[in-house]
Amino acid sequence: MRRLLDVLREDLRLTGTKEGCGEGECGACSVIVDGEVINSCLVPVCQTQKAQILTVEGLAMDGRLNGLQQAFLECGGAQCGICTPGMLIAARALLEANAQPSRDEIKEAIAGNLCRCTGYVKIIDAIEQAATAPAQIL
Amino acid sequence: MRQTPTVQSPLTLNEIYAALAECAGDLKIIAGGTDLMVLANAHQLEASNFLDIWRVDELRGISDEGDALRIGALTTYTQLIRAPLIQQFIPALVAASRTIGAVQIQNRGTLGGNIVNASPAGDSLPVLAAYDAALEIGSQRGTRRVAFNEFYTGYRRTVLAADELVIAARVPKVKAGERDFFCKVGTRRAQAISKIVMSAKAQMNAASIASIQIGIGSVAPTVMRATQTEALLVGATLTPDLIEQARQMIANEVTPITDLRSTEHYRRSVTGNVLTKFLRQIIEGAEAR
Repeated sequence: MRRLLDVLREDLRLTGTKEGCGEGECGACSVIVDGEVINSCLVPVCQTQKAQILTVEGLAMDGRLNGLQQAFLECGGAQCGICTPGMLIAARALLEANAQPSRDEIKEAIAGNLCRCTGYVKIIDAIEQAATAPAQIL
Repeated sequence: MRQTPTVQSPLTLNEIYAALAECAGDLKIIAGGTDLMVLANAHQLEASNFLDIWRVDELRGISDEGDALRIGALTTYTQLIRAPLIQQFIPALVAASRTIGAVQIQNRGTLGGNIVNASPAGDSLPVLAAYDAALEIGSQRGTRRVAFNEFYTGYRRTVLAADELVIAARVPKVKAGERDFFCKVGTRRAQAISKIVMSAKAQMNAASIASIQIGIGSVAPTVMRATQTEALLVGATLTPDLIEQARQMIANEVTPITDLRSTEHYRRSVTGNVLTKFLRQIIEGAEAR
């Protein structure tokens, strides 16, 4: 039973999605499957047949960062970068469901994504900033 | 050399039953994978053949059966959190689902998976215990119903036969005027495995307790009901003295161990404190009314 994560990284060479813990704790491998954010290290690829999958590679539009990515850049929401693809994907899933989240709702949405650099404040700032211009995100 | 595991992905319940009847002992059932894939990633899962039931839609969904809700085994925590029927009639199950992992896990983990994984720390299990749920268990031989509180026979052991599958939980609705409660104590709100987890329900008759059910996890080899403490409380007038007696009794009734998450002493004390919190809420709620 191959993991979705390995098929993305090794077969499709979509290496933006990272492997952190391999046990569903850190969220580095987050991708969106049929509209729902999941940990791709815990999903066997056989369960994703015919599913629509969004990875971090799918966020940029026409080779330009989208509004969410730009907000991470401007707010200092990315440092070492290992959590960033998962954070962006968790934030994207949140903003698709809730275009104007409160800071508490943002915290809950990224509770499954660990960051050891930023202390989270700048990540939350970035998601909050991105939400002010939803047209540039989705 | 290890054989490459095979995976079957049936589309119907009958196909699941047929596969289980044919090679029951050799098949590992996988639903959302949030427990099983962790073991697989850590190479703690014996090479085995998998029965992937994720696509069997007849195992999903929540239906109103009058005095109870029937919840399909493949219903995810996210679906439980969002379901108006669960919010209205089993609020403790919404509260429990919100404490399980974080959204990535809630989108994939299933109620049936939590039940059959049989961990004493499963966070939905104290709710099923307190609500006196029943489980529907199916196989090619037919369907039977087992009381949730008789499902576990020991640490990670259940009454399930090798060819059987838990297909649904039937959970009685909270009654008018009944108080329900859920509290999980872990290292943080998200992503933590419980140190102790409790769900309870109580019906008051003026100042006395007409009925009370207390389910607790992470304090015994299986999820448990605090039957001694329940017996102390039923029919008694709810006073600060009684709460103190109940706090001491339940701390002695549970049988926790010391492990990497917590100590036996801490778990006994906190179990008493969490029950105190519920009983005080009942008094304060009555005064506010």
